[in-house]
Amino acid sequence: MSDSTVQVAEAPPGVEGAGFFATSLDSLVGLARANSLWPLPFATSCCGIEFMSTMASHYDIGRFGAERLSFSARQADVLMVMGTIAKKMAPVLRQVYEQMAEPRWVLSVGACASSGGIFDTYSVLQGIDHIIPVDVYVPGCPPRPEQIIDGVLNIQKLVGEESLRRRNSPEYKQLLASYGIE
Amino acid sequence: MKTNFDTTTAPATEKEYSILNLGPTHPATHGIFQNVLKMDGEIIVDAEPTIGYIHRAFEKLAEHKPFYQITPITDRMNYCSSPINNMGWHMTVEKLIGAELPKRVEYMRVIVMELARISDHIICNSVIGVDTGAMTGFLYVFQWREFIYEIYEELCGARLTTNIGRIGGFERDFSETAWRKINHLLKELPAGLKEFENLLVRNRIFMDRTINCGPISAERALQYSFSGPNLRAAGVDYDVRVMNPYSSYHEFEFDIPVGTNGDTYDRFMVRQEEMWQSLSIIRQAIDKLNKLDDKTTFHADIPSFYLPPKEEVYNNMEALIYHFKIVMGETDVPKGEVYHCVEGGNGELGFYLISDGGRQPFRLHFRRPCYIYYQAYPEMIKGSFLSDAVLTMSSMNVIAGELDA
Amino acid sequence: MEKPTLENVLAELQQHFGSNILAVEQDYDFHTVHISKQHIVTMLRYLYDHDTFRFQYLTTACGLHYPDAERPFGMMYQVHSLTTNLRLRFKAFTTASDLEFDTLTTVFPAANWMEREAFDFFGFHFKGHPNLKRILNVEDMDYHPLRKEYPIEDATRYDKDDTLFGRRPAGYDRKRLQP
Repeated sequence: MSDSTVQVAEAPPGVEGAGFFATSLDSLVGLARANSLWPLPFATSCCGIEFMSTMASHYDIGRFGAERLSFSARQADVLMVMGTIAKKMAPVLRQVYEQMAEPRWVLSVGACASSGGIFDTYSVLQGIDHIIPVDVYVPGCPPRPEQIIDGVLNIQKLVGEESLRRRNSPEYKQLLASYGIE
Repeated sequence: MKTNFDTTTAPATEKEYSILNLGPTHPATHGIFQNVLKMDGEIIVDAEPTIGYIHRAFEKLAEHKPFYQITPITDRMNYCSSPINNMGWHMTVEKLIGAELPKRVEYMRVIVMELARISDHIICNSVIGVDTGAMTGFLYVFQWREFIYEIYEELCGARLTTNIGRIGGFERDFSETAWRKINHLLKELPAGLKEFENLLVRNRIFMDRTINCGPISAERALQYSFSGPNLRAAGVDYDVRVMNPYSSYHEFEFDIPVGTNGDTYDRFMVRQEEMWQSLSIIRQAIDKLNKLDDKTTFHADIPSFYLPPKEEVYNNMEALIYHFKIVMGETDVPKGEVYHCVEGGNGELGFYLISDGGRQPFRLHFRRPCYIYYQAYPEMIKGSFLSDAVLTMSSMNVIAGELDA
Repeated sequence: MEKPTLENVLAELQQHFGSNILAVEQDYDFHTVHISKQHIVTMLRYLYDHDTFRFQYLTTACGLHYPDAERPFGMMYQVHSLTTNLRLRFKAFTTASDLEFDTLTTVFPAANWMEREAFDFFGFHFKGHPNLKRILNVEDMDYHPLRKEYPIEDATRYDKDDTLFGRRPAGYDRKRLQP
């Protein structure tokens, strides 16, 4: 497979010697997590169609180790919220988030999910960060598949660099408490 | 697939039904629809749909936007074929202000609308394939949808929510690249479509799954005000393009495919045939364009609605005034009521506009085909398997954005 | 047989219902028949059952609100005859104190959700409707958002300062219109 275009992820910084390689557990776990994310596509509207493009043959999100879509919230790592979240939908979204196991990340794709977008109306939630914490925002109405992939890459960067203790830290607990999530 | 179990005659008192909540985020529903199903084992006895999970208040929003700013709202209705919505809205306003469009613009519009119809039907039919377990077809034909996106990008700069054209025509002429891509599509898509048809049309598994799945009779379909491919699959040849020709559709030769059973297979086949017809319409439109003497006009001459070109805005007092007036929505609009309908991807897409002469519509009501025919869904899935209900929904092509406005 | 025209339809309606028709007007390519609300069902039923006209397709129906008019609330129905390709619009207006219409679901099953939408948006009641409850908005919503007096934006928003964004002040009165 000499002409293969498969790229191997770079090894984390560490100490290398004859027959051994030492690095911190954090970076090793981060490396593994970052390159095998299971996204949960929470597609509601137009951005969902762009997400279909992203995972279809042309853009192929599988190149970044995220093609295994987990439609069950329990097994998912990343919640990708794509499209307008109406107020009727907000409790459902929150429940899906609460069902996800730690560690969990949230990618907010598109203007509607991030801020309500052009729909500044009585029925639309003005940004999902009113109800759940968001890690990465992707602008656009709808964003191009390249942008969605960029968002996923940014999530990967966050995942790769995250400390193993973050989810137990008081700051994180405070963040969840501010959203009323236990 | 209809089953042999007769759920209607079975004594209900002896049975215990289970309640199954399908949706609103179930992946098989391709969008957010909730159905509370009453199940007898694996057979659906009753269904209660709940919608509104993506209600965005289009009609209220439209009362607060100047006419040209409503185009982006129409984009987000049926986002699988947004150019048709855009054109439909432009034509509504043109009807209101009484604008006459040059022939060339009309033909260009027909090309764009038929491209949109192809891309809409591609997504619906390939998703029917996915729901029967054939992901391959989706991956193959989606490339053609990508290619149509590329054409849109060449025409207007956007992929999905196109906001294409303006009231009175297009913002720019089709570029060389756009023509090259359209011609490439006309040349190459037939082979792709043929391949897709070979995969599914006479495929035993596909036929077993889809024939007699979610059928509806022509009478019931009409009573439920079905339109578009779903009505035609039931055997009624109602097509707005023929009944009330808009733009320049009366000049084109095309067939309206009709089905007989109104089941999933018929809906699939009707859409498939419509794509072939759309290709033929695009070819005819290109021929007609080539025969025209006029090779440059791309918009009507309505200075009070059509934004002047930028170089004139910066160098010419008159153009600057018009630009300002249009952007601020200060142009005079006649008072009146207009209803205009186009054949959208899903059927008769209507715009009922009441204008009070102000900068925004006084009332704008969208006749959304999805919203109207989705009410028949519980009736269509009664007595069928749960897996067939999923297939019925995807073959009806219910688009959440259009459904919930 | 000669194809019936819209004039035939209107003449027949005039002959059959006479004084129940309040007005007939033409706007662009559409004729609108104004009737009072208790005659909606009988008139549409008559056109539905008619042998030659056969207006058996309900294109759309929606609520209307003209805040300054004497009878501010109304329903608009649009029917289509697929055999003769004629379209006709009906309008019925009512006062704010009497928002009850007869349901059209007995004639057209398709009217079901259209009427639920009108209930949701304008608060109209439809007598005899099988399942009249909110359809698009959350069920515990306490107002009917498409009435003109309600703002488009969520009333509970706190993050917007209108003066910074050049939005209209609260008491802005938009140009009003009579039906």
